[in-house]
Amino acid sequence: MAKVPVQFRLNGSDRAAFADPADSLLTVLRRGLNDFGPKYGCGQGTCGTCSVLIDGGLRLACLTLAASCEGASIETVSGMADGPNLHPLQTAFMEHFAAQCGFCTPGMLTAAKALLDRNPNPSREDVIDAIAGNICRCTGYEPIIQAILAAARTLPAQRRS
Amino acid sequence: MPLALRVVQSLSEAAGILAADSRTTLLSGGTLVMRDVNEGRLTDGTLLRVTDPAWQQIQVSGTRIELGAGATMAAILAQRELGFLHAAARAVGGPAIRNMATIGGNLFAAAPYGDFAVALLALDAQVMVLAGYGSPRAVPIEEFLAGRSRGEARLVASVQFNRPVAPGDFRFLKVSRVKPKGLSVLSIATHLPGHASRIGQARVAYGAMGPLPVRARGVERALEGKALDANGIAAARAAALEGVQPVTDAIASDWYRREVLPVHLGRLLANQS
Ligand SMILES: Cc1cc2nc3c(=O)[nH]c(=O)nc-3n(C[C@H](O)[C@H](O)[C@H](O)COP(=O)(O)OP(=O)(O)OC[C@H]3O[C@@H](n4cnc5c(N)ncnc54)[C@H](O)[C@@H]3O)c2cc1C
Ligand code: FES
Ligand code: FES
Repeated sequence: MAKVPVQFRLNGSDRAAFADPADSLLTVLRRGLNDFGPKYGCGQGTCGTCSVLIDGGLRLACLTLAASCEGASIETVSGMADGPNLHPLQTAFMEHFAAQCGFCTPGMLTAAKALLDRNPNPSREDVIDAIAGNICRCTGYEPIIQAILAAARTLPAQRRS
Repeated sequence: MPLALRVVQSLSEAAGILAADSRTTLLSGGTLVMRDVNEGRLTDGTLLRVTDPAWQQIQVSGTRIELGAGATMAAILAQRELGFLHAAARAVGGPAIRNMATIGGNLFAAAPYGDFAVALLALDAQVMVLAGYGSPRAVPIEEFLAGRSRGEARLVASVQFNRPVAPGDFRFLKVSRVKPKGLSVLSIATHLPGHASRIGQARVAYGAMGPLPVRARGVERALEGKALDANGIAAARAAALEGVQPVTDAIASDWYRREVLPVHLGRLLANQS
């Protein structure tokens, strides 16, 4: 079977890969482009650990056909930190013990970023809704919710107004 | 032979391909199709993508509404004018799923999925169907769903329906055990024009109470011509189970679904859900 070429922006860099026609974006990111940030948990859309942002919108990479991402701008957890400077969400996750085994963390951070990019002043209910598609088997969710609310408070004031 | 991919620009071309080749699977939002690929249930044939932007269009003109089959639940939620449909769109999965899941795909989703299709059934939607090359034909949603269970290969271009006249004429409820995101124990949509005084043509639809979304004809009959008062609601509850064949799955048994349906129907009608 002929491979299909796919080109997109990944965390700000132009990237290209050859994919099998039915490959998911997750397969291309992990196997083709060595971005191991998004994880393969279930491959069914239920766990959320493969979450990425495609043109700013939250998507599940395991259920996204890679070939449909041609020309898109994709952000993964690997691009969240600015060099050595962690994103406020990452710092808040550390400070609030929001990661234990860490398997859900890439998806939780991405879902939380999708929320704060759109709504820098979320309520607790907004946070719960934003991470509704992400399963965590360790923390009981409360530290994650607290971390996201805390990160929102540290965003520059103009973003929250 | 592994899966191949074909990308076409026009809906009519896609419909022609689907009609000609039974091994072609249309990919819309992909939340169910890619699952089948990942799980090894779909391993050969061709995936077909359509890039026609018209497929995703939402048109609200006066009282008539047309939703492109490729429009997502998130796109519905982004339209203030479609506020009456927000509860049904929000019922589908979590935020990432809603950014991907389309109206067209929901019409094909097996129970306990298909929450949005339940809303469309209560709205008496017309499904605009392309069966091969040519222009779309309007098929009443009930007839469309019956055809779906016979496995007819057709492409849905859009769905059309009239906007409910008064706020509160249309109501939707999804009952799930996990909140805010969980699969349906059941879902109920009601369209009761004139509910404040005398109900005109009543439409009540259920999800997860059969293999397909179904109309609750007994409830519709019980409500027609009545007011939505204690007597009307009691009559509706008494007829709630007529014709239902609930599924048993990991979410709930058919027994449980039967037990709780009249309670939730009563609450929805009394606006207490
Ligand atoms: C984690 C998870 C949670 C979910 N939760 C819910 C839920 O709460 N409620 C719910 O209702 N659903 C739920 N779903 C199921 C699914 O996401 C939705 O039903 C969705 O609307 C399906 O649309 P899609 O565009 O992703 O379909 P696809 O996967 O693209 O297609 C599904 C099927 O429909 C066919 N099809 C799609 N569009 C058309 C068309 N226009 N014409 C002809 N055939 C077409 C495809 O060929 C395929 O057979 C969930 C799925 C997942 C993975
Ligand atoms: S791996 Fe994508 S949702 Fe679980
Ligand atoms: S930290 Fe282990 S699954 Fe969330």
